Amino acid sequence: MNYKVNEQGFYGDFGGSFIPEMLYPNVEELRQNYLNYIEDPEFQAEFQQLLKDYVGRPTPLYFAERLSAKYNTKIYLKREDLCHTGAHKINNTIGQILMAKRLGKTRIIAETGAGQHGVATATVCALMGLECIVYMGEVDIERQAPNVARMKMLGAEVRPATSGSKTLKDATNEAIRDWINNPVDTYYIIGSVVGPHPYPDMVARFQSVISAEMKQQLQEKENRSNPDYVIACVGGGSNAAGAFYHFLDEKVQLIAVEAAGKGVHSGESAATSALGKIGIIHGSKTLLMQTEDGQITEPYSISAGLDYPGVGPLHAHLFASKRAEFIAITDEEAMTAGLHLCKTEGIIPAIETAHALAVLDQKQFNPNDIVIINLSGRGDKDLNTYINYFDF
Amino acid sequence: MNRINQKLNENKKLLSIYFTAGFPNLNDTVSIIEELEKSGVDMIEIGLPFSDPLADGPTIQESSTIALANGMTTELLFEQLKNIRKTVQIPLLIMGYFNPILQFGIEKFCQKCAAIGIDGLIIPDLPVDVFEKEFQSIFAQYNLKNIFLITPQTSVERIQKIDAISDSFIYMVSSSSTTGSQNSFGEIQKNYFERIAKMNLKNPQIVGFGISNSDTFSQAIKYQKGAIIGSSFVNYLKSNAISSIAKYIKLII
Repeated sequence: MNYKVNEQGFYGDFGGSFIPEMLYPNVEELRQNYLNYIEDPEFQAEFQQLLKDYVGRPTPLYFAERLSAKYNTKIYLKREDLCHTGAHKINNTIGQILMAKRLGKTRIIAETGAGQHGVATATVCALMGLECIVYMGEVDIERQAPNVARMKMLGAEVRPATSGSKTLKDATNEAIRDWINNPVDTYYIIGSVVGPHPYPDMVARFQSVISAEMKQQLQEKENRSNPDYVIACVGGGSNAAGAFYHFLDEKVQLIAVEAAGKGVHSGESAATSALGKIGIIHGSKTLLMQTEDGQITEPYSISAGLDYPGVGPLHAHLFASKRAEFIAITDEEAMTAGLHLCKTEGIIPAIETAHALAVLDQKQFNPNDIVIINLSGRGDKDLNTYINYFDF
Repeated sequence: MNRINQKLNENKKLLSIYFTAGFPNLNDTVSIIEELEKSGVDMIEIGLPFSDPLADGPTIQESSTIALANGMTTELLFEQLKNIRKTVQIPLLIMGYFNPILQFGIEKFCQKCAAIGIDGLIIPDLPVDVFEKEFQSIFAQYNLKNIFLITPQTSVERIQKIDAISDSFIYMVSSSSTTGSQNSFGEIQKNYFERIAKMNLKNPQIVGFGISNSDTFSQAIKYQKGAIIGSSFVNYLKSNAISSIAKYIKLII
């Protein structure tokens, strides 16, 4: 089985570029150039240097001793939470801002849900001195006030998406509309492995630094480069794509963790692999949550970063081909696992990441198994949710 | 011959009107179509509403949201239209996004269209290469014309490719924008209209997006075969009765 994107932009049955003609010149320009730029030694040198000196890479691969003792297996945490801005998101925005500069673009747009990708985009725009406009659902702007303030402090303009349900899906629609209306000077930094080809492949490549480092670090610590398991949470799926990337063709079990919300069949869930059907969302053929009539529905999760009705086409392919195991974790299970990590290891995880941690309670591992959990982000942004949930 | 092509052969400039099915009220579809034909409109695009209309501006987003909230579905639209050819002669197209059509089933959708007497489809997010590879023969089997869009940014080679694969008209997006964004056309648009006219394409072009009054309409038909009005008409329906559609059309033509 092949897990890399093909010439037409497909992973198996999923992917492609289902976009209105108005977007074609921009997406085509990117498609024709992205591999040349990524493979260009000068681009790589600049990218790697920024990842090292600005983002703070490599992030540690930390052996979680107390967590391992409790679950009687060997657990490593890949500390993406220690990246500048607090999550893996910046690996991608650094890569894409360099891409935008190579393409001669001067105006940057992005969508954001919880605000993490918006902050990571505003950050790299400040770094490069480029104009930055971030679309964010009106509802999310109210829920995520600190991140809105961060983006503004970084010089970005935050524009409310007021259509539809006024959340991430609608912010993405608005960013795409902006790109249609500004086809010449504008570059769209998508925040996940979603959207039309070549975005899913390009974002996965920028995030693949995560699994490249895992391999090297595990070699140093365990004298083997492959773990038995890699576990990551999936909304659109960018941290999982990065954590799985260099293990796709290896004998490593991959576990993708989706948000079950209040329960997969509660009507309030974001478990796309369980609830979705193949369709088109944001220019990509993939699994998505929709009505029988093909209208895209609103997902629910306590974690804004997993609150997306689709999933990247790579993950749809990993699900359909059974290459990865998909597990759905409820709000309650995630919140419990998140708090448990605080008390066991002294690390406050993002609620997205807490979903991946909750797999430890669901699945039995052997004492000799090496399990890497991608700790995609830190929980500072989620303090209010933790406080309200546990009544601290 | 397909009704669209018959109409394109007439020696006149054409006015096509878009409206969103299910807006303002769920069961307005048939009476809007009948009233438009009576008012002298040449062609109608029936909008199948979608939850996430990427290529549309605020007006059509809103009409789509309301239509869906009113209860519009693909099945219901076909039900409403089943006797439309008893009263209406002009070409009818359905404009909709790809996902609802995909879920209904492409072949079943085409079958229904043919049974009702729909003449063509406009699906903005169905790419040319996918259409060519997977759906061209199905569309042909049901005598449905698929209409492709071009924009000021579309390359000459791609316009030629789209011209080659089309066999009715090309939908010329007036400017780089979502629907409903313009009030008037400037030099850039005029040059673009003229440039495309000079390409001597085998398919006539009909200009859409940003046409809202007799000024923009007459600019659009100077070099092209016709023009499409959408958002401006949808706005009109918000505050005017269906019986006064003729008044709106008179102001345009």
